[in-house]
Parts: sequence; structure tokens; C-alpha cells
Amino acid sequence: MKSLEELKAIREKAMKKLNVRTAGEEEIKILVGMGTCGISAGARETLTAMVEEINNRNLQNVVISQVGCLGNCFGEPIVQVNIPNQKSILYGKVTPAKGKKIIEKHILNGEILEDLIIGEAFH
Amino acid sequence: MKNSRLHMLVCGGTGCESQDSNKLVNALNLVLDKYGYKDEVEVIKTGCFGFCEKGPIIKVQPDDIFYVEVKPKDAKRIVEEHVIKGRKVEDLLYNEPVKKEKVERQHDMSFYKKQVRIALRNCGLINPENIEEYIAVDGYLALGNVLTTMTPMEVIELVKESGLRGRGGGGFPTGYKWELTYQNKNDLKFIICNADEGDPGAFMDRSILEGDPHSVLEAMAIAGYAIGAEKGYIYIRAEYPLAIHRLNIAISQARELGLLGTRLFDTDFNFDIELKYGAGAFVCGEETALINSVEGGRGEPNAKPPFPAESGLWNRPSCVNNVETFANIPPIILKGPKWFSGIGTEKSKGTKVFALAGKVNNVGLVEVPMGTKLRDIIYEIGGGVRDNLKLKAVQTGGPSGGCITEEELDIPIDYDSLKSIGSMMGSGGMIVMDEKDCMVNISKFYLEFTEEESCGKCTPCRIGNKRLHEILTKITNGEGTEEDLERLVTLGDMIKDSSLCGLGQTSPNPVLSTLKHFREEYLEHVVNKNCPAGVCKGLSKKKPVNKQ
Ligand SMILES: Cc1cc2nc3c(=O)[nH]c(=O)nc-3n(C[C@H](O)[C@H](O)[C@H](O)COP(=O)(O)O)c2cc1C
Repeated sequence: MKSLEELKAIREKAMKKLNVRTAGEEEIKILVGMGTCGISAGARETLTAMVEEINNRNLQNVVISQVGCLGNCFGEPIVQVNIPNQKSILYGKVTPAKGKKIIEKHILNGEILEDLIIGEAFH
Repeated sequence: MKNSRLHMLVCGGTGCESQDSNKLVNALNLVLDKYGYKDEVEVIKTGCFGFCEKGPIIKVQPDDIFYVEVKPKDAKRIVEEHVIKGRKVEDLLYNEPVKKEKVERQHDMSFYKKQVRIALRNCGLINPENIEEYIAVDGYLALGNVLTTMTPMEVIELVKESGLRGRGGGGFPTGYKWELTYQNKNDLKFIICNADEGDPGAFMDRSILEGDPHSVLEAMAIAGYAIGAEKGYIYIRAEYPLAIHRLNIAISQARELGLLGTRLFDTDFNFDIELKYGAGAFVCGEETALINSVEGGRGEPNAKPPFPAESGLWNRPSCVNNVETFANIPPIILKGPKWFSGIGTEKSKGTKVFALAGKVNNVGLVEVPMGTKLRDIIYEIGGGVRDNLKLKAVQTGGPSGGCITEEELDIPIDYDSLKSIGSMMGSGGMIVMDEKDCMVNISKFYLEFTEEESCGKCTPCRIGNKRLHEILTKITNGEGTEEDLERLVTLGDMIKDSSLCGLGQTSPNPVLSTLKHFREEYLEHVVNKNCPAGVCKGLSKKKPVNKQ
């Protein structure tokens, strides 16, 4: 090891991998409904695309979790965005491309995608 | 790069491994592969979560879901339910014994709520066999900062200011020990890590080494820089094969990245570490005996002074510190001495790891701030006494310590308060006893241990402990007399006052302390030939009338 910079470079790279594990209360949470209906509507592809987008953009404060059926089976795949101290937003019919857009607009720029909203979340 | 969205942290401590956690890891990987989820889910074997009572443990992140007593055959269900459908596997969740309800998240478990994890910060979080994961959680940053921005004396002052005291039992202020060794000029000095951990039932140090070996290596290098040593030894008992295995991996990974070796961080500082295996004798945990053993001599203590700081390994100034002491160093450097001294009591700073064992619901490894009440450890973290029996005593300090009774449970525990009630912190063993435990028999157990472990070099310890054990055997056989109780005290005091090392100086404590707190029970044995707890064979087993 030649310098602190060298160590920090290794750290930056490794931290990305541990982000999923060190998730805390204060972070932005994205929940993807993965009930049978969600899965058959393509929720897994959406989930994978969003995970990829988060990693590519190196967003350390965002975690993405799968949850069971969110109860709006007509609107699957469903994605819920929980930003601390803000109202939760429920998006419906989220394709992989739309999932990436949610990250780009809502998470990064705070712009809510009105036309995708299917309601307010319960929790 | 793999884009995993779920991390399954499987406990790979000795306790869980002995219950097939390795097979569980393999089973999970197989099932994930079969369903095509290998790229989305990562299975990581970590160090001990501390909740050994309910092992093997799996924690699923980022959901913070905690599964207990997981068998390899449960792998399929976990993947099918949790991974594929996002549903918790209800029957693998933890059932809180007091409130009788299922708890999903680790943060909501009473076992973890009161804990503050500094020494155990990475146990159950990172893969101990991967140096990059340690670096991701700020590993080796403290060493880098120290080497590039601080003088040795500044490091020592910082550790002094933090108030850290040795976790190996004695409680000696760590910064002062480093300063003493720093002041003794010599062309060769040594850092020694004491990983002998001979206290029966204790496994704090083992778990740190298994779960976070790099934190100890990093701290030893920092200590080496502070006192002026280029070489470190870890004295570890050969009965800790998993800890040894992970230490060896850690050392070679650190060497590969140049975090051990020459010119660390491009400075003039060189440091390397070697393991020395102990054969598992309790006395070899005593620092002078340990040094003799590292040199290849008999594991027998020497009279102090000279202290190791003046003349230790190969007669050179040496600094011996305990594993847990070292594990506290990197966070102290990174977060500052004020952060550390803000935790704990006036004279005991930071946290202490205890191995909670005996008749308590949640057996395991817990780390709490100094000053936590024993009652909170046993009833909140520990979930209370098993089978709703009545608590009789808590033994701390192992073969050198004593018993604490129900009346003393609200004392905030630290080095000094434990001493004032006739016990001691020791290395952190904590054994809970209930009304079915016979205190005479317990002291006999400890004396049997010290008799066996006495190295025999000095007479009071070699012969005195044997006689103490004989008298206790006589009492538990129903042949004791009241005079025997006096003999125990006289002999015990004599051994304490005249033994050469800490072993003999403390070995009568279990007898003396139980005799003080449970004299009635001893009297029942010698006068009425009755063992109220019903443990001693050959004695009657009546509850005494109007007593206790
Ligand atoms: C009989 C006996 C056994 C001991 N066993 C250990 C042990 O297993 N581990 C340990 O760290 N210290 C043990 N000690 C204490 C060591 O002598 C020494 O004080 C300690 O390693 C110093 O480290 P610390 O200042 O970081 O606590 C033992 C002492 C005695 C008298």
C-alpha cells in the first residue's frame, strides 16, 4: 500500500458491493411487489433493471427491496418509493425502462412521475 | 459486475458451523443456481452474530430479516418464498420468549436493542475472509491516518485520552501501557496479542478473530508504530482452528496488499505478524507465562517486576494486549477519543463483550456499554432465566471471579463496581445460575479447574488449591464440618496473598465469594448434611425450612 488514496480507491469500489448490506433507516427505499401477479407481469425484470441503474449511478443511499403482493394486482408491476419524511408514492405498470426513469427523475431530481402514479401507499 | 439485490448473511462462527451452517451455505447456493437467481442474490459467510442460542442464523439484507435455527433443508423454502416471492418464511423468524411474538427484524429483537457493538462491529456484517470487505467498512484507514499524519506520541496520547482499559482481565489503561513500552528504548521491541482465552465458557476473543481478524491485525500495526515495534505475535490456542485459519488468510491478504510488510503507506514503518500456537493451558494467558511459551520455554510465569514493558519477549520491551482491546483501537482512532470516552462510566470507558451462558434463555455473545445493569443483560438481552426458575447468582470473571446475587443486579457494571462487590470483570465470562445450582458444587468445579491448571511453580498455588479442592469435595460428599468452612477462608486468603501470579492470587475467589453470599447453603451441607439444590449426591435434598 503506497498511499491513503490507493486505500480509498479500493474502499470506494468495495463499498458499492456492501451497500445492500449496510442499509439503514435513513435511506431511500424502493419496494417492488413480487407476488405471483407481479412476477408474471414482469416485476423481476423491472427489479433487475432498477438494481442495475442504482449500481451504475453509484447511488449509496438507495436500497431496493422486494415485497409480497402490494394489493393492486391490476397495476403490476408495482413499485413503491419511500423517501424519508415524504409521502410514499405507488407507481403502476412499471416496465424496466420506466423503472430506470423513476430513478432518474424521482430519486435523483425529486420529480414525481404523475402519469405513472396509481395511488398513495399505506406504509 | 454482479448486481445483487439481496445479501444473505449466514453465520460462520464456530457455534453455527458445528450446526451445519457450511452445508446451509452450499444448499442456498445450489437452490439459487437452480432457480436462476445466482446473480441477484449473494450468500456471504460472516462471523458470529452473537445469538448462538438460536443458530444457525441467516440475516437477509437490505430487508433486515433475521432467521433462526435454519437447517440446510430450509434453503429451498427460503429461496422460493423470500427470494422469489418476497414473503418472509414465518416459522423461521425468531419467537420472542418474553412477549411470545414473532420478530422479523434484527433491530426489533430485545437481544440486540440494548447492545452497542464496537469490538463486534463487523461480526455478522462482513466476510472475514475478504480483505476488501474490511476495507469497505473503513478498514486500515485508521492505520493509514496514523502512519501518514501522526507521531507515535500523538497516537499514545489519543489512546490515553479515550480511557480504554485492557479487556483481558486486569483493566490496565492501554495508552499508559503503550507509553511505558515506548519509553523503554531498544533496537527491538514486540507487540503481542493475547488470544489464549482460557476462561471456561468464554469465547469473545475467538469470535472477534473469526469474524473480524483484520481489525486485530490493523490495531497491532498501529500499536507497533506507537511503541516502536516492527514485529507482532499473536499467541493463540491451537484449539481455535477456525480463528487460526481466518487469521492466516487475513495475514496473507494484508501482506499481498502491502498492509503488512515493509514501508507501509510509503513511510519508514515496517510491520509484520506471526502466529504462535498455545497448547491450551490457562496459565499461558498470563502475560509472563505467555512470553515464556512464545520463546519455546515452559509456560510458567515470572515474578513482576520486571514488567514486559521493560523486559518481555527475548528480554526486549514488549507490549501484551488482549484481542478485544485491540479490536477497539481502529474505531477510537477514526471516531476520536471523545466519542469513545462518551460511552461507559467515569472510570470504565467504552463497551465490554460478555459471553452469556448458563441458565439464561438467550445464550450468546453480547456487547454492552460499561455501566449497563446486570439486570438488563440477563432479563432484557438474555431474555430471563430459563424455565422461569428463580435466579440465584451470576458468576463473572471465571475462575478468578466471584458471584453476584439478586440484590446486586442493579449495580452498573464496570471494572471497579464488580471488584467492590467481590467479583471481577475478568475477560467477560458471565454464567447465570438458578435455584437448581448448588453453590458449593460450583466452587468445587472452579477449584478443580485451577488445581488442574496451576503450573506448579509456586507452592501456595500448587498445594493450596489442591487442599481447597479436597475440602470442597469433602463437603459435597457430606463429610464436611463447620471448621472446614473456617479452613477454606484461612487457606484461601493465604493463597491469594502469597502466590506468584494472577492465577493463584485470584483462584480462591469463587470459594470466598460464594462462602460470603451463600454461607447458609454451606452450613446446610456441613451441619445438616443436606444439599438444598439437590445436586450433591449422598446428601439429602430438602429445601431448608424458614431459610433463604
Ligand atoms: C491466570 C491468568 C490467565 C490469563 N488469561 C488471559 C487470557 O486468556 N487472555 C488475555 O487477554 N489475558 C489474560 N490474562 C491477563 C494477561 O496477563 C494480561 O494482563 C493481558 O493480556 C493484558 O492485555 P490487556 O491490557 O489488553 O487486557 C490472564 C492473567 C492470568 C493471571
